[in-house]
Amino acid sequence: MTAPLDVSGEETKATPEAVVTGLGGPKAIQGRSLGQIAWMRLKKDKIALTGAGVVIFLVLVAIFAPLIVGWFGHPPNEFHEEMIDTMTMRPKGGTGISGEFLFGVEPQKGRDLFSRVVYGARISLLIAFFATMLSVLIGTVMGVVAGYFGGWVDAVISRLMDIFLAFPILVFALALVGVLGQFETQLGVQGDTLRILLLIFVIGFFNWGYIARIIRGQTLSLREREFVDAARSLGARGPYILFKEILPNLIAPILIYSTLLVPANVLFEAALSFLGVGIQPPTATWGAMLSAATKYYTVPHFMIFPGMAIFITVLAFNLFGDGLRDALDPKSNR
Amino acid sequence: MVTYIIRRLVGALVMLAVVSMVTFSIFFVVPRLAGVTATDFANRYVGRAATQETVVEVTKKLGLDDPVVVQYGRWVKGIFVGAEFDYGAGVEHCPAPCFGYSFVTKKPVWPELLDRLPVTLSLAAGASVIWLLAGVSVGVLSALKRGSVFDRGAMMIALSGVSLPPFFTGLIALSLFSYGLRITAPGGAYVPLTENPVEWAYSLILPWLTLAFLNAAAYARLTRAGMLETMGEDYIRTARAKGLRESKVIAKHGLRAALTPIVTIFGLDVGILLGGAILTENVFSLPGLGKYATGAISTQDLPKIMGFTMLAAFFIVMANLVVDLLYAVVDPRVRLS
Repeated sequence: MTAPLDVSGEETKATPEAVVTGLGGPKAIQGRSLGQIAWMRLKKDKIALTGAGVVIFLVLVAIFAPLIVGWFGHPPNEFHEEMIDTMTMRPKGGTGISGEFLFGVEPQKGRDLFSRVVYGARISLLIAFFATMLSVLIGTVMGVVAGYFGGWVDAVISRLMDIFLAFPILVFALALVGVLGQFETQLGVQGDTLRILLLIFVIGFFNWGYIARIIRGQTLSLREREFVDAARSLGARGPYILFKEILPNLIAPILIYSTLLVPANVLFEAALSFLGVGIQPPTATWGAMLSAATKYYTVPHFMIFPGMAIFITVLAFNLFGDGLRDALDPKSNR
Repeated sequence: MVTYIIRRLVGALVMLAVVSMVTFSIFFVVPRLAGVTATDFANRYVGRAATQETVVEVTKKLGLDDPVVVQYGRWVKGIFVGAEFDYGAGVEHCPAPCFGYSFVTKKPVWPELLDRLPVTLSLAAGASVIWLLAGVSVGVLSALKRGSVFDRGAMMIALSGVSLPPFFTGLIALSLFSYGLRITAPGGAYVPLTENPVEWAYSLILPWLTLAFLNAAAYARLTRAGMLETMGEDYIRTARAKGLRESKVIAKHGLRAALTPIVTIFGLDVGILLGGAILTENVFSLPGLGKYATGAISTQDLPKIMGFTMLAAFFIVMANLVVDLLYAVVDPRVRLS
């Protein structure tokens, strides 16, 4: 749980709080903004920085996937039957790993695993980021409104959160992707685009309950703080107080939980793809690759590369998110 | 206390009612908006080879043309008092709780769900015991030896544990222990407890460990955080000051307070798990509720999906209720507010 931070409204403006004079130097003690304090702490946290580095690396890989594959791999859907032993349908030499095929090839079709893992990063991160944005958007609005207005508004929204948290989310997402997949004509999009939009919507839509609950709690305690009373007594109205007084104080928890929601969504997308309702083949996704690997227990590299890709991505985001939480909110214990 | 129980019970019922409405609208109303007609639903019952007349007849008999509210009412009524079903092969009575007939197998859904329940129960029971014991003890040790090699190693493993999808760890475990070393049962080799307890445990050990690893990691992190917090409290110092043995301070004063949130989460996790460990069951091909659900989804067998969703939601709501009531027993402040 994050406790409200002891910083009021404006965090970007660093104003000197105390100036020490005549004590042997003109050196002024300056008040630091939340961002500065957090950055100072984060700089010392080697593990979190490593996580951040890996995250940046993965994002770059996802963005420049076509270039990277152009340099080091083969088109992700190109069959390389010459790499496959026709008797066993396994890659020649066990894995097919070589300078040309960095991660080896798939059994049977002989597609380049390196290219497919690299392209998988695109789908995974794209869906995880946008789904997170959607959840955070819905969750923040719902949480702030519930916490600030209270009364029946709070009662209704809180019940709604409970209901969303009570759904067997995975089943619902599974079924919904199937049901909504029939909307091709109505939505005017199809294929991968349709699936990506669907997954972003379904994953984002079912995950807002948790973040809304946290934001609501924070808003409840912020509402009672002196600076809000002060703003109100100066004549500020609801929207002003919400956006200018309360929302800036919620940046820290929003940032922390967004960072921690991304890896959860990477896992969610991988799970849906693993169960066969994600992006459809031949487009490469990590979950679908693992699902295909279930048929080849004797070809371990086929499951290890996509599995490790998921693991490294999720771990990096978790490490960074944990570090960010420690930096922004030192009161919390891991 | 009685009013509190009644209030929570009513809350749980309302919750289930809302879940049932949302479930019904997602599976019957949303497809309608997508242009799926009543005859399409009827087609699912009678098969594609049926003549136009039979389809129309079945549509009428099953009331698929009725307003949505009427259909919803009929579905709910079926759950409580049972229903008469007639999809062409004569009237069949479907006793309560009736979740309708499968599109594919033409069998009532409820008995099938009951059939699958023991598998999921076995999986959930074994795994939850393992992860609770392992997670809490590692968490406590880590907190007591904060900053030690053990703590750092355990927390690193725990963080990896929550970052690994169960379908990856499960696959690796299967290919390593079942197909490589051949010391555990292969996927899909479930033996009921009543048939042979030893074989039962042997067939489930790998799924248990896979599922437990994931949750033990999360519980270790939670327990450690909770212990660190409570061991810093003043009453712990008081307990030490009055001369209690350290083991007693830890067990009676520290752990007891730190465990409360763990118990809450444990209740909810088990509730979710009873609705089917979808990923684990699929990796190990265990014929439980989760596998049943994914099978139903891949064939778009709506009555099955809806029956499963309601059962899973029921478990989650019940777990919530039990946790809330236990809380009220333990903590008097809860029932007074």
